[in-house]
Amino acid sequence: MFLSIERRQQDSQLMVYLSPILAILLTMVAGMLMLLWQGQDPVNSLYTLFILPVSSWYGINDLVMKVAPILLCALGLAICFRASIWNIGAEGQFIMGALAGGYVALTLSEYISALLLPIILLTGAAAGLLWAAISAFLRNRYHVNEILTTIMLNYIAVNLLLYGVHGPLMDPDGFNFPQSTQFSESASLPLLLKGTHLHLGLLFALLAVVAVWVVLSRLFIGFQLRVVGLDRSAAEYAGFSEKRLVTISFLLCGALAGLAGVSEVTGSIGQLVPQVSLGYGYAAIVVAFLGRLHPIGITLASALMALIYTGSEMGQISLGLPLAVGSLFQGMLLLFLLACDFLICYQLRLDKASRYHPSVTLSGIKPAAEN
Amino acid sequence: MNSNHLTELNEAPRIRCKGITKHYFGMTANDDITLAVQSGGIHALLGENGAGKSTLMKIFSGVIQPDRGRIWWNGDPVALRSPVHARELGIGMISQHFSLFETLTVLQNIALSLGRRRTGKLKTLARCISDTAERYDMSIDPQRHIHTLSAGERQRVEMIRCLIQGARLIILDEPTSALIPSEVNKLFTVLRRLSSEGYSILFISHKLNEVQTLCHTVTILKRGRVTGHCNPKATPPQVMTKMMKGVNARLHTRYPTNINQASTLKVNQLTESAGHRFGTALKNIHFSAQQGEILAIAGIAGNGQNELLSLLSGERLASKTINLLLNEEPIGHWSPDQRREKGVCVVPEERLERSVVPDMDLQDNALLTGFLQNTIKYGFIQKRQVASFARRIIDDFAVKTSSSAIAKSLSDSNLQKFIIGREILQKPKVLICAHPTKGVDMAATNIIHEALIALRDTGTSIIVISDDLDELFQISDRIGALYNGHLSPIKLTSAVSIDDLDRWMAGLLTLIDGREPIKAAITSSRSEEVCS
Repeated sequence: MFLSIERRQQDSQLMVYLSPILAILLTMVAGMLMLLWQGQDPVNSLYTLFILPVSSWYGINDLVMKVAPILLCALGLAICFRASIWNIGAEGQFIMGALAGGYVALTLSEYISALLLPIILLTGAAAGLLWAAISAFLRNRYHVNEILTTIMLNYIAVNLLLYGVHGPLMDPDGFNFPQSTQFSESASLPLLLKGTHLHLGLLFALLAVVAVWVVLSRLFIGFQLRVVGLDRSAAEYAGFSEKRLVTISFLLCGALAGLAGVSEVTGSIGQLVPQVSLGYGYAAIVVAFLGRLHPIGITLASALMALIYTGSEMGQISLGLPLAVGSLFQGMLLLFLLACDFLICYQLRLDKASRYHPSVTLSGIKPAAEN
Repeated sequence: MNSNHLTELNEAPRIRCKGITKHYFGMTANDDITLAVQSGGIHALLGENGAGKSTLMKIFSGVIQPDRGRIWWNGDPVALRSPVHARELGIGMISQHFSLFETLTVLQNIALSLGRRRTGKLKTLARCISDTAERYDMSIDPQRHIHTLSAGERQRVEMIRCLIQGARLIILDEPTSALIPSEVNKLFTVLRRLSSEGYSILFISHKLNEVQTLCHTVTILKRGRVTGHCNPKATPPQVMTKMMKGVNARLHTRYPTNINQASTLKVNQLTESAGHRFGTALKNIHFSAQQGEILAIAGIAGNGQNELLSLLSGERLASKTINLLLNEEPIGHWSPDQRREKGVCVVPEERLERSVVPDMDLQDNALLTGFLQNTIKYGFIQKRQVASFARRIIDDFAVKTSSSAIAKSLSDSNLQKFIIGREILQKPKVLICAHPTKGVDMAATNIIHEALIALRDTGTSIIVISDDLDELFQISDRIGALYNGHLSPIKLTSAVSIDDLDRWMAGLLTLIDGREPIKAAITSSRSEEVCS
């Protein structure tokens, strides 16, 4: 008896949807083992991490607020990933959106108020878009691998933000804390519901779900992106310009991530701080794949990711767990997802007996018919 | 002719099999196959594409194991467990696609296959290669790199490799498909010589005339089953054809031809670099396709066909836009979709690798090039129009599947009908087809040929690039050949003999219409083989 791996004759559609669920279950099991090893009661900790955060109105409120930035970034990434363009730069595009939008909010507040908010939002989206455009240009013009450029641009973006809040954008009355002054009322996103923290950013995210679904499933450009992603030579044959599609997907993703960034600072945070992003741009990569690059799946996956974020905060407060538990869960989720995705194309089979007769000698004494 | 065989003491056949059955993906590729190859015999395995010849070969060379059935080697029952095992027994296999490393020399390739222990000193091996080559009149320099060799020369390398490995049975899978007629004759001489020395040859082919010329015995396969064993020289060809093809016999009638109309696509003194290391540069290609004709471009693969095709389709842009003219308008810088908009459609050679997206269904694949058939409105995909376009292709071209099927699940024949149908239904003004019926079964070939003729009769210019000479002679109105990036003169097919075409494909281009003779043969690296 031994286990053999076989290529499936056809990819399993069932596994496409089952794989994320399996990955979530495996993450939970591995997480419990890890918590046990840390000397925690695994059941109680899982309850604290994943149930407690959504057992109160405030918790749900907090969770939904975290969904918005993750969802926007993940939707943008899904466009790129459908075309097999490996944009890892949502984090940098998010930060640039926050930084540029925040800069406008800080500098223009004194002069205008009526159109201020739309200007801020547009600036944020444009900054994300331009940041992504750098990678698109480098890839199209010089064949530079987009994975490298986007990661490097992430670091540049973080350091630009740090320079801003430690330097020219620092609040002069802020006791030397690395943060800007609070944005004015006219530069803040209005709330959706009184008595909550839910702001317009959530609406942007939900609109983006619909918009990205239309682009990917209904528009010809979405079809072209899928073709380029699946088979570059077929796209070449059909005359779908890869450069054009690279540019479009990068710009769309950059704009969405930039919008997420500017919404986050003008809606949730209210000022520029070093941690405008809690790694949302990276978490969005996991979310995009977990949601099978489909807007509906991504919406569900962002809710799970937001739960991991709020849960790990809860774990820190009530169990004294390190905040890194959240990152660990994120990492495990991606790892298990990639492992389970292997089962889409392959299957495991238990063989009763060896396929070959080890006893057959070179001169071939054993008859073939016994095989 | 068997008198001078060095027949071995062992009277048993060299290889014999009984009841070989192999199921593949729910299909029966081999069903109860029984055959025997004598020592010193040249045995043919004759059958259409998809008859199960290749499966049987893979079983004989140890690549796959049969589900049922027994094999005897020199009279002893044997289980062929792996290619290495089969090779050690003395079974040599030369497949259609040569398994040689392009960047290595002949010597290095053979040394690699022998392994360190059996190679010994490289110098000795080199002498051994030269000796074997000379003995069978297959001159080859052990120090040459594979990528500089022609298909015929590569085949010799494989043959020499088999001999040095100690093969007693040599299996050749469609060995003539990459050869020009004069090379085929040389190959046959070598095979007859080997047979007279006691080597057994298993010759796989779908070409009846070759089997009749060369082979002593033949086993005929149809849809995975043996339909007959006979002596090909004593059996009337019609009988064998019937065993091979059943009722779907190929229409051997020549289609009526059509000539002298206005030209559509003009290729004007096109000279382009090779593009990549193993490519072929195009040299001063000049021809024009006329309305309502099928223009055939013959040639052995790798003589510039891929380069010409990508320049015609627009996947590669011409360096000078004036080099390509569509109705007198320069289109050299147009992208594939721009050319398609003006009525230039293309059927590439690679089916799953280029013509379709393997993981998409047929509706999506209909849209792949059908985006100008009212299927897009304001950027939105019109699902209903796409579905009906796909439906029309499937119905009109008898594609046996549903439109929700994934492209890669289709058989070669069905997929090719779908691809050709998709392009023809776009009513192209110019249709460029590469290898339209390669690997396609008889029924589908007939459908495709008839569709091409019907399209031609509506006034479309069709350019067919292929190495299937039978096909080209059957359907084309004018014909030419590519050799090492040069194009021969293009003449009426009815005025061209197979010998003319053979010379063109070998690069011996003679004086044409008072122009300078093209010195292709002299400048080429392959000249040595051609002139000798």
